[in-house]
Amino acid sequence: MTDPSMQPADQPSQIKNDKCIVSLSGLSFRYNGSPQPVLHDLSLHFPAQAITAILGPNGSGKTTLLRLLLGVLHPQSGHILVANRPQYDYPRREISQLLGLVPQDEHIPFDFTVLEYVLLGRAPYLGPLAAPGEADIEIAQAALRKCGLQHLQDRPLPNLSGGERQLATVARALAQKPCILLLDEPTAHLDLGNKGRLLQIMRDLLAEGVTLILTTHDPNLASAVASRTVLMQQGQVLDSGPTRDMLTAEKLSATYGVPVQVVEMADRPIVLLL
Amino acid sequence: MALAESEGPALAPAADSPPPIAPSIPAYLSRRPLLWLGLALLAVLFLSLFVGRYPAFGWLSPATLAQDDLARQLVLNLRLPRVLTACLLGMTLAACGSVLQMIFRNPLVEPGLLGVSQGAAFGAALSILYFGASVILIEGLATFFACLGLAASYFLARRVRYGGWILRLVLSGIAVSALFSSAVGVLKYLADPLTQLPDIVFWTLGGLWGVTWRDLLYLVLPVTVGLTIVYLMRWRLNLLSLDDDTSFSLGASPGRERTLLLGGAVTATAAVVSVAGVVGWIGLLIPHVARRLTGADARRAVPASLLLGGIFALLCDDLARTLLPGEIPLGILTSLFGALLFMAMMLTKNVRIRR
Repeated sequence: MTDPSMQPADQPSQIKNDKCIVSLSGLSFRYNGSPQPVLHDLSLHFPAQAITAILGPNGSGKTTLLRLLLGVLHPQSGHILVANRPQYDYPRREISQLLGLVPQDEHIPFDFTVLEYVLLGRAPYLGPLAAPGEADIEIAQAALRKCGLQHLQDRPLPNLSGGERQLATVARALAQKPCILLLDEPTAHLDLGNKGRLLQIMRDLLAEGVTLILTTHDPNLASAVASRTVLMQQGQVLDSGPTRDMLTAEKLSATYGVPVQVVEMADRPIVLLL
Repeated sequence: MALAESEGPALAPAADSPPPIAPSIPAYLSRRPLLWLGLALLAVLFLSLFVGRYPAFGWLSPATLAQDDLARQLVLNLRLPRVLTACLLGMTLAACGSVLQMIFRNPLVEPGLLGVSQGAAFGAALSILYFGASVILIEGLATFFACLGLAASYFLARRVRYGGWILRLVLSGIAVSALFSSAVGVLKYLADPLTQLPDIVFWTLGGLWGVTWRDLLYLVLPVTVGLTIVYLMRWRLNLLSLDDDTSFSLGASPGRERTLLLGGAVTATAAVVSVAGVVGWIGLLIPHVARRLTGADARRAVPASLLLGGIFALLCDDLARTLLPGEIPLGILTSLFGALLFMAMMLTKNVRIRR
C-alpha cells in the first residue's frame, strides 16, 4: 500500500542512504493481560531522509508503535526492519547508535546540569565502565548549540522552563547522533516560540539526512513539517501517503470522528474544527 | 571551539556577546571537593586511632603509645580493625544509598527503608538462634534476606495500584521493613536471654564493639567487590536513573545493569550489616550531602558519598566508644546526628559549592 516510489517531491534524488529506512509488516501487539490488541496487523514503510508524522487521536496506539520500533516492546506477530535488518537482530549498542528517542515527558528526579544530561546521549558510544571524555563533551556542546541552549549548559535541569527542558531532551537525543529519530508528541507542551525552534531543528536534521518519525495528535504539526503522514485509529492504519493527500476534510473527519474543515494557507493545508 | 567559530557568525550577529562555552573543561571536571574529602577521611582515620578511653578519657598521646605496651596492643588489635571497619561500614551504606536512590529514581530511599537492613538483621538473628553463630553463616543468611527484603519491596511496589512510583516504593519498603522487624521481635522473644538475646539486640541497635581482625577479613571481599562494581559503573548510574524507555534508547539494558549494581550494593551492605548490625540514616543522608557538594552527576557524587560516609561513620563510632564508660550503640548515634543534619539540610536549601 505504501511504496518507496511514492516519495514526495522534496527529495527528488534517489534514496541515498538506506541505512535509515524503517519498515514493518503484519505488526500486532497487545499488552499482557489485556484482551484488546493495541495494534492490529500494521504494515508501514518509513522512507529514509523524510519526516513522517503518525497522526491519530489519543489512545490510537501511536506511542505503543514508537516503543515497538525502539524495541522496548516486542510484537506478538509481525516484523520490524531497521535498515533492512530485523530489529531484534541488533545488539543493544548498535541499534542505539541508529535509533534515538525524544519521549513525550521525561521525568528526571535528580538535578543534573544540562550538559551532564546531554552527555548521557553519548552512552551508545561508550563501554559499560567508560565515562564521556572531551570529544564527547564537544559533541554534546554542539548538540546544545543546535538547540540554542548553549548558554544554559551549567544550569540544573529542574531550573529550566518546560520548553527548555524539552529542547534539552532533543539535544540529548542529538548527542546520540542517530540516523533515525523518534519523537513522541514533540510539541505537546511547547509555547509558540519553542515550537518554532523545534520545527526548525527538525528541518535542520532532515537536511543532514536524518529520518524523523514523530507522533502527534495535531494535524497542523504534520502539515508544517512532515512530508508523509500516517493516519491511525484504534490500532490500525487508516491510510498513509504524502501529507497533502492525507490532510483532507474527509479523511481527518473519519480519523477523529468530528467534522473538520481544511483550508489552504501559506501554501499548506490548515485544519480547523467546524 | 572550531565548530563554535564557524557557526557563530552564521547563526546570529549578536554572537559577539559572551563565548558559547563559559566554563572550561578542566573546571567542569574539577575534582577539588573529592580531594579535600579524601584528605579529611585520611585525617579522621588516623586521628581515630588515638581517641578512646584508655588510658584515660579522650586523647592517647603518641608519647604514651611509644612507652605503653598495652596501649600499643590495644591500638593494633582493637582500635585499628574497628576504625577500618567503621570506615568500610560508612562507605558501603552511603554507596548503597546512592545506588538505590538513583536506580529507583527516588531520593528518599535508603537500605533501611527498603527492607535491606531489616532483612539482613532477620537473617542474622535466624542464624544466631538456629544455626549457630558462625560468621560465614550469619553473613550468608544476612545477604540472602537482605536481597529478599529488597525484592519484596520492589515487587510489592509494582503491584500497588495507586500513587506515584516514589510513594509506592516508600510505602512497600516500610511495610516489608516492619514485617522483618516484627519477625526479629519474635526471634528475640524466643531467644535464650543469657546467650542469644544480647547478640540479637546488638543487631537491631547496631554497633562495632568486639570487632576483630577476623571480622574485618570476612568483610573485605564482599565489600571490595560490591564497591568496585558501584564505583566503576557510576557514570552508568546516571543513565539508569532516567526513564526506562530513555535509558533503553541509549543502549542500556536497564534490567540487567540494575540487577548487577543492586547485587553489588546489597551484597556489600549485607556483609557490613552482618558485622555491625542495623546502622540507620547513613544511606539516606550521605548521598544527599554528597549531591549538594558535587552535583547530581554520579561520576563525582558516588566518590563523594563514599568518602563522606566513611568520615561520618568514623566520627559517630569515635563518639560511641568514647563518650560513656559503656558503649553507646552506633545505630543510635548515626540516627541522632543523621536526623539532625537532615533537618539542618532541609532548612538551608540551596547550599551548593559547585554552582
